[in-house]
Amino acid sequence: MIEPKNKPGYTDQSLIRNFCIIAHIDHGKSTVADRILQLSGIVPEREMRDRFLDRMDIEQERGITIKSQAVRVPWTFDGTEYTLGMIDTPGHVDFTYEVSRALAACEGAVLLVDATQGIEAQTLSNLYMAIDHDLTIIPVLNKIDLPSAEPDKHAEEIAGLIGCEPSDVLRVSGKTGEGVAELLDRIVMEVPAPHGDPKAPARALIFDSVYDSYRGIVTYIRMEDGELHAREKVHMMGIGMTHDPIEIGVISPDMMPTKALGAGEVGYIITGAKDVSQSKVGDTLTSAVRPATEPLPGYRDPQPMVYAGLFPIDNAQFPELRDALDKLKLNDAALIYEPETSVALGFGFRCGFLGLLHMEIVCERLDREFGLDLISTAPNVPYDVTAEDGSEHHVTNPSEFPDGKIKKIVEPMVAADIITPKEFIGAVMDLCQDHRGIMGTMEYISSDRVEMHYRIPLAEIVFDFFDQLKSRTKGYASLDYHEDGEQAADLVKVDILIQGDKVDAFSAIVHRDKAYSYGVMMTKKLRELIPRQQFEIPIQAAIGSRIIARENIRALRKDVLAKCYGGDISRKRKLLEKQKAGKKRMKMLGHVEVPQEAFIAALSTGDAGNDRDTKDKIRAAQKTEG
Amino acid sequence: MLEVYVHVPFCMRRCGYCDFNTYTAVDLGAGASRGNYANMVVREMELTRQWQLDHGIEEPTADTVFFGGGTPTILSADDLVAMLDAIRRIWGIAPGAEITTEANPDTVNEYYINRLAEGGFTRISFGMQSAVPHVLRTLDRTHTPANVAAGVEAANKAGLRSSVDLIYGAPGESLDDWRTSVRTAIDLGVNHISAYALTVEPTTKMGRQIAAGTLPKPDDDDEAAKYEIADDLFTAAGLEWYEVSNWARPGYESRHNLGYWRNVDWAGLGPGAHSHYNHAAAAETADVEDAPDAFDTAKQVHGLRSWDIAHPRLWGTAINESRVPWGGSETITPGENLEELIMLGLRLREGLDLNRINQAVAEAESNGETAPFRQIDPAELRPMIDDGLIVVDADSHRVVPTRKGRLLNDAVIERFFDLAGI
Repeated sequence: MIEPKNKPGYTDQSLIRNFCIIAHIDHGKSTVADRILQLSGIVPEREMRDRFLDRMDIEQERGITIKSQAVRVPWTFDGTEYTLGMIDTPGHVDFTYEVSRALAACEGAVLLVDATQGIEAQTLSNLYMAIDHDLTIIPVLNKIDLPSAEPDKHAEEIAGLIGCEPSDVLRVSGKTGEGVAELLDRIVMEVPAPHGDPKAPARALIFDSVYDSYRGIVTYIRMEDGELHAREKVHMMGIGMTHDPIEIGVISPDMMPTKALGAGEVGYIITGAKDVSQSKVGDTLTSAVRPATEPLPGYRDPQPMVYAGLFPIDNAQFPELRDALDKLKLNDAALIYEPETSVALGFGFRCGFLGLLHMEIVCERLDREFGLDLISTAPNVPYDVTAEDGSEHHVTNPSEFPDGKIKKIVEPMVAADIITPKEFIGAVMDLCQDHRGIMGTMEYISSDRVEMHYRIPLAEIVFDFFDQLKSRTKGYASLDYHEDGEQAADLVKVDILIQGDKVDAFSAIVHRDKAYSYGVMMTKKLRELIPRQQFEIPIQAAIGSRIIARENIRALRKDVLAKCYGGDISRKRKLLEKQKAGKKRMKMLGHVEVPQEAFIAALSTGDAGNDRDTKDKIRAAQKTEG
Repeated sequence: MLEVYVHVPFCMRRCGYCDFNTYTAVDLGAGASRGNYANMVVREMELTRQWQLDHGIEEPTADTVFFGGGTPTILSADDLVAMLDAIRRIWGIAPGAEITTEANPDTVNEYYINRLAEGGFTRISFGMQSAVPHVLRTLDRTHTPANVAAGVEAANKAGLRSSVDLIYGAPGESLDDWRTSVRTAIDLGVNHISAYALTVEPTTKMGRQIAAGTLPKPDDDDEAAKYEIADDLFTAAGLEWYEVSNWARPGYESRHNLGYWRNVDWAGLGPGAHSHYNHAAAAETADVEDAPDAFDTAKQVHGLRSWDIAHPRLWGTAINESRVPWGGSETITPGENLEELIMLGLRLREGLDLNRINQAVAEAESNGETAPFRQIDPAELRPMIDDGLIVVDADSHRVVPTRKGRLLNDAVIERFFDLAGI
């Protein structure tokens, strides 16, 4: 193992190169990072494990959750030892803001693209973000060892995107190590050194913050100006909290406490913070003794963009759900939740998420890590509603939608970038148009792939857009989106009534044009899902007091065992006992018994009604409106 | 009050809808062959009687005897009579007892029926099922409507009461097909008719065909409509309903079957047959395979239900070894007895005796079972009366289901369970 000469806290900025790797999820980032650690010599050959950075085994052994890393790597070029700060970026669409903070901690970015697949929409959007941050881009094609690699084609594509020569695109193989040393040389040569003020009061950017069950909150920082010393009180300028640091240090490749961190360096700090909301990504950390006056730019609180209700199927699990959410919150400042009571679903939480993926991750963790069986309501976005009387409502739950006349409804918009093979341009245009998208520009990124830009209401994306995009393009299209202001829209709240009673869990805020299809679809679904009972059950969809769709569950006429002789009695009694136990898991809506499964199935998206009956009913409903 | 049931597990062929314990083979081993079957049953009667005496069950003479199947009339008339003679010898038969056998219209003739009458049988129940040839084909039945008429006529001549069974709801049966069957049955002049909705069991040939989609699934609404047709036509012909699926001219009800719904004691003989005893002592039995070994003496037991080993060869082996051939048994707690009283009583025209139910509630309450049993106050029945499900006799406190209450019988039972705190 090599002992680096450059010591943390005492490394001249001119010898530092901070960079990140921008790559799509399966394009081989971890493998390349592993090779970098190996070549640098900080991980001995025998300890080298595949995908060292992901540390899944360590997570399991020690219960540490490390979602991101900032590793200090020595690299000697031309006889001089340089210190590389390799910063990992969270890889997906909901965490745009976190990605932007990671980029802000770097001067350069390695654009890593799979030579067999070419660039993906999310990578492209992160690339544009890196260019916006004035990062030096080093384009690299990975997996050149694979027989299906098309490096020439994709080098051309990348060159077109970033304005370089195809020959500037490095070719590496994370698997064989080919080209990785050359990549490190390029980083030293091309990525600019940091140029903060080492004499100024300390200012450090928090670019990540994770909860470790042994050490508490570990905060990753990039020093801009000045120095921080161990045991020096620190102040978070954005949230205005002061902490006593327990430890500061660097990761190389394990946590290594140091006496100080100097300008340009990347490291970590452990404070007594209890959860990540006390140490937020984007905030500026300064010395409490000699504080800076101006924070670094760009801090903001992540705003939830998608809301849904989460309810335990077994209401007795409500306290467990609360505990589980509290635990997830330790590591996820963006997750917000508050208790909610639903007539139909009982006690649960209204949760706010950064996006759909974030919601899926949270639900999956609640299921897998905490063993909770949940029903989630259909996701919705926040709306700003102005009633006719002028009162204003921030609606994050359809139940908060004001009754009576509405003057104005404003909904969040996103800018969506879609990369697709050109043969699906028509299909993507149809889909976006169906979802109220306004087309912007469209560029060919290569001879057979285009990038299309749309402005679309977030609510449309949240519903079933991504699944449909994938199915209409045979899985080839990729999507990225980011917030893009808001717009006023003609939206209505559709309620579902069972036997005349509103079922809160099924209410939805939809565009007026979609209200009919939502109403028809839901009423039809529920008619199938709710078992017949002793009386007729009308199921209606309504906008305000106006019924827009109706189905009837006819009264049950026969529920009797034909033969009940000597040999049937025991079996019949046991069957009745079983049915009685089953009834306990039914929800009572008024007099109507609704099985749990009906809620789950009705709230799942997916099989949008394309059958003839559904279409006829939607058309009929729209006609009565016209 | 004792009833005796004898199961005969043989058929010429298996019908596609049938999931009864019956076999088409002639010899199933261990003495359980068609030819030797009567001997085996008689042996079982002797073992059963000894078991009863050992457990202090001093049953009176048999009030009713019923031979069911399978196809009892696949055996010779002499075999049936021999078994009846054995019952007379072992338990005794009460004066005026009702002695019934089920009959496949294909397997009986005038001679056979006369022999039964001479041997002491009083009643014969024909498996008519339908009068419509395509429906009979769907049900895999081989007889023709004419066979049934001949059988009924022979029974009349011999002085036997007769009954016919009908099945409605077979795939492809129209409402008119069903009317034809009902009218044909009425025109036979019988005093008793049973009409059963076709119940599809998943393990039968018909169940598999329906699961595979090659036969349509019976429809509850269609069956409800057919029930109402039958009830109307039978009633108009003077046959009154006395149980959910049974109609008779008053005085011609099946006493044996009424015994099941009144929850009396019966000894069931033959493979798979169930027995039932309202005797706590019966449950203390220990000399039987699979009998409850951990009998909790701290709690009362109301009674016992047992069932014979289903497979004829294993059943025969047990008898050959002089064991009562039970395959299993369950003790019936006072709470379970209460459940059974409710679910059976609500099937009857004579109704559910609320006083008897409340006695059973008291028995269950005093037994410290977990459910918080409750006495039912007649006033609590008002919602079910308003829903048109039941009528209640103000003096006798008997609860009788209406036609709607018969069709929705399970829902009514459930509401009574709720009221009784089950």
